[in-house]
Amino acid sequence: MADISKDQVKHVANLARLALTDEEVEKMAKQLGDIISYAELLNELDTDNVEPTTHVLDLKNVMRKDEPREWISKEDALKNAPDQKDGQFRVPSILE
Amino acid sequence: MSNFETVIGLEVHVELKTNSKIFSPAPNAFGSEPNSNVNPIDLGYPGVLPVLNEEAVNFAMKAAMAINCEIATDTKFDRKNYFYPDNPKAYQISQFDQPIGENGWIDIEVNGETKRIGITRLHLEEDAGKLTHNDDGYSLVDYNRQGTPLVEIVSEPDIRTPEEAYAYLEKLKNIIQYTGVSDCKMEEGSLRCDANISIRPIGQEEFGTKTELKNLNSFSFVQKGLEYEEKRQREVLLNGGEILQETRRYDEKTKETILMRVKEGSDDYRYFPEPDLVPLYIDDAWKERIRAEIPELPDARLARYVKELDLPAYDAGVLTSTKEMSDFFEATIASGADAKQASNWLMGEVSAYMNKQQVEINDLKMTPEGLAKMIKLIADGTISSKMAKKVFAELVENGGDPEKIVKEKGLVQISDEGQLREIISGILDANEQSIIDFKNGKDKALGFLVGQTMKATKGQANPPMVNKIILEEIEKR
Amino acid sequence: MSLFDYTLKELQEKLHNKEITVSDLVETSFARINEVDDEVQAFLTLNEEEAKKQAKELDEQLGTDASILYGAPIGIKDNIVTKGLRTTAASQILANLNDPLYDATVVEKLNAEKTVTIGKLNMDEFAMGSTNENSGYKKTRNPWNTDYVPGGSSGGSAAAVAAGEVFFSLGSDTGGSIRQPASFCGVVGLKPTYGLVSRFGLVAFASSLDQIGPITRTVEDNAHLLQAIVGHDKMDSTSANVEIPNYSDAFKQDVKGLRIAVPKEYLAEGVDKEVKEAVLQALKKYEELGATWEEVSLPHSKYAVAAYYLLSSSEASANLARFDGVRYGVRTEKRVDMLDMFKHSRAEGFGDEVKRRIMLGTFALSSGYYDAYYKKAQKVRTLIKNDFEKIFEDYDVIVGPTSPTTAYKIGEKIDDPLTMYVDDILTIPVNLAGVPGISVPCGLSSEGLPIGLQIIGKHFDESTVYRTAYAFEQATDHHKKRPSLGGDK
Repeated sequence: MADISKDQVKHVANLARLALTDEEVEKMAKQLGDIISYAELLNELDTDNVEPTTHVLDLKNVMRKDEPREWISKEDALKNAPDQKDGQFRVPSILE
Repeated sequence: MSNFETVIGLEVHVELKTNSKIFSPAPNAFGSEPNSNVNPIDLGYPGVLPVLNEEAVNFAMKAAMAINCEIATDTKFDRKNYFYPDNPKAYQISQFDQPIGENGWIDIEVNGETKRIGITRLHLEEDAGKLTHNDDGYSLVDYNRQGTPLVEIVSEPDIRTPEEAYAYLEKLKNIIQYTGVSDCKMEEGSLRCDANISIRPIGQEEFGTKTELKNLNSFSFVQKGLEYEEKRQREVLLNGGEILQETRRYDEKTKETILMRVKEGSDDYRYFPEPDLVPLYIDDAWKERIRAEIPELPDARLARYVKELDLPAYDAGVLTSTKEMSDFFEATIASGADAKQASNWLMGEVSAYMNKQQVEINDLKMTPEGLAKMIKLIADGTISSKMAKKVFAELVENGGDPEKIVKEKGLVQISDEGQLREIISGILDANEQSIIDFKNGKDKALGFLVGQTMKATKGQANPPMVNKIILEEIEKR
Repeated sequence: MSLFDYTLKELQEKLHNKEITVSDLVETSFARINEVDDEVQAFLTLNEEEAKKQAKELDEQLGTDASILYGAPIGIKDNIVTKGLRTTAASQILANLNDPLYDATVVEKLNAEKTVTIGKLNMDEFAMGSTNENSGYKKTRNPWNTDYVPGGSSGGSAAAVAAGEVFFSLGSDTGGSIRQPASFCGVVGLKPTYGLVSRFGLVAFASSLDQIGPITRTVEDNAHLLQAIVGHDKMDSTSANVEIPNYSDAFKQDVKGLRIAVPKEYLAEGVDKEVKEAVLQALKKYEELGATWEEVSLPHSKYAVAAYYLLSSSEASANLARFDGVRYGVRTEKRVDMLDMFKHSRAEGFGDEVKRRIMLGTFALSSGYYDAYYKKAQKVRTLIKNDFEKIFEDYDVIVGPTSPTTAYKIGEKIDDPLTMYVDDILTIPVNLAGVPGISVPCGLSSEGLPIGLQIIGKHFDESTVYRTAYAFEQATDHHKKRPSLGGDK
């Protein structure tokens, strides 16, 4: 039975950049714990000599030629920006 | 450092100058208007996918081969996860456990001694955008740089002094420039460097705690920052303190390193294989094709200049210290100039001019052909070396054909013996006292007669000939 | 009778005979949407003005060389990017993405075939879910009984076809997201072989599992729609460069001698009695048609759900990291610094299920857990893939139920993520193996809810999947049954 602590949940939430309320942290600890416990079913299997599958198809060396192509305008690049200034995307700075 | 030994490792990022970006077809160009070289892939729009630029792989292989790395046969890309506004997907496509190159080295020379510095790995990845911090509480993001192909070159902790670090960077930059895959311009950010430094008591095997230096904007700042850090760490340890694993930046004004942040454990980048890209299989044929494209590298060129062109090792070293200089030199001798003369001009007047004007050799209007022609005019006596300085001043400033410059400036040397003899006869006729003085042993009188001849010819007379003819004519009287 | 009760072939005849116009087809869509979408809630965004304009143009331009899809009204799942048409993946974090700047490759292909896009269809947020209850906007209802879910995540796509709001639709399937809602809504839904259809422009959930596929009323039209969207795409590095057959040729062949494998795990405990019965009836029908079936085993299928949730959530945790409020999408209104801007924009924009999976995936990839969870799951994926390969050495197709049950009641499972995950046990292994699978209607439960038959084929052997599905469909009339809605009552 995998227990996920509230501290672990907070650490992971920070990595994932998710603000969670205390209530959500508590609920998440339980639900993640349940799912991880369930996932431990996989430990029944001996996979020492099994290769991991990242790609189900055996493709290799898919590349394109080094040719630049025009696509969108500078205006379009900024079209959906939540905040912008002087042709750049604007974000709040890091507090030091 | 008495009692302590310094251990330095360098991480160098080099942008590759492909035409398009590594995973998107947007143009790869420096200095464009913000966000003008971007497309939905660079902006990390929902649904976009990366497609690998073949040339980026070729360039990375070339760079890896030039620094003597073994090239991977099976390699792949991984996602490195971290949030930052300049990182639009919040993961960087990089290489984790299968870098394209491993186990390389380069030789550096410090105080006349050659030392081999190991290279742990070279891997291929995408560059991030550029974040500019304003003091109004906001930062601005330009994604033009996002997706520029980048190689990260990690050295072994073989470097023992800040001076060696400087030499390593100079050499690495030089080699990469020779391969032609990058401009390696630190001021444009196409070469960037982070340094790790620790110290340990001499004789101790295990490394001390290291600090990381960032924001190093020139090779000499790298050296100065490391020198400061070396001293700082020693003082901390001698005072019974402890070195913390921290990131520091070098402040160019105060010439000190300043704490940026203390690292708590290692960063958790959650690397995993990039599912949107398939693996690379680099077979021998591909490797050999790239190897064949690598031009002669600086060490080989230096050796050839010494052996085949008979240049002193020092001169050969200066000429090969940048690819541009070396290529200019090669082109000059290919246009018929004597190697020693070409070398003297490049190391002397040309370098002095470049230093004074703060320009690079490729910015000069003077071409290798022009320089070669001027050297030939000196060799065949058309101009004197004194005149050559005037020709050079014009040539280096405005370019053009040295022969034309010589004519326009009326700089052609009078080397016609009959013409000179006639002028000299006239001068001797008018200065009989000087002939007498000379015959009486006053050597100065000869100088006076030469001076008069030069004056009469507006300085264009061929000096060795003038000397010779005056002596002959005096003899006759 | 609706125009959408005809097949594409019949509609094309009528178009060319001037019996109907493209405008009639498009009007049929919007009239039906007006009539029933308050009940069904399938659409997130309508493209009415543009669609009607386009219909007029198509009516003027109709030539003899028109494609079989000419003028057919289509609905697009909202995680497929459409230039100039709002694309949200049913997430509030993209509520303002009114123009995602480009068209997905499949949309470009459909535009070339001159289908008419009616609108964008509801789904579970970022395709995470199997009921549509995880949509950030609305809960789509099952047209057969609006107290029930339509399934998910392509619930809007399946419901809109079942309700006759569009002629057909596109969905996406990561762990069953086309087949399960097709099963719950009594329509035909295919998940193609991984790599057959370009993913360029599909908002990524789990990149190594996602595939776009067609949802239709008949097997034949499913093949026509698939034909239009397949093919190698230079913009998708995982797109396969294979020869594309003419899928309609599959319908010329019967199923005599076809070797069917029935995994015992697919009819085991946990599968509803009525579902099991319907599948056995279908197998009996196949015997009558000259096919043979045998029981086989997919021994690792019980591990598929755990492996799937680890892998898909890990990939999702990275794929959904780009929604950070910087370049597009919704940014928190809170006055905060950079770090909190990220955290609050994401916390406010994502729903609970999405957060849960991002957390799970981030955990599985984090330092110290990678080997135990992510890499272990990748190895189990290999074992599952091998199970399928082994069966396909001796059999042409695998047949079983699509889902262990019929549709759930709305709200029935919402607070129990784990049991809901386990219900995907019959569809998930297909994604892990990358093979194609289809769901076709095979009966109604005693409650009047549809049951789906799943047919699974070899890599890139969609033709055999279609042949098998078509033979059953032609021999039965399950696909002709329609739910009654609105004015139908």
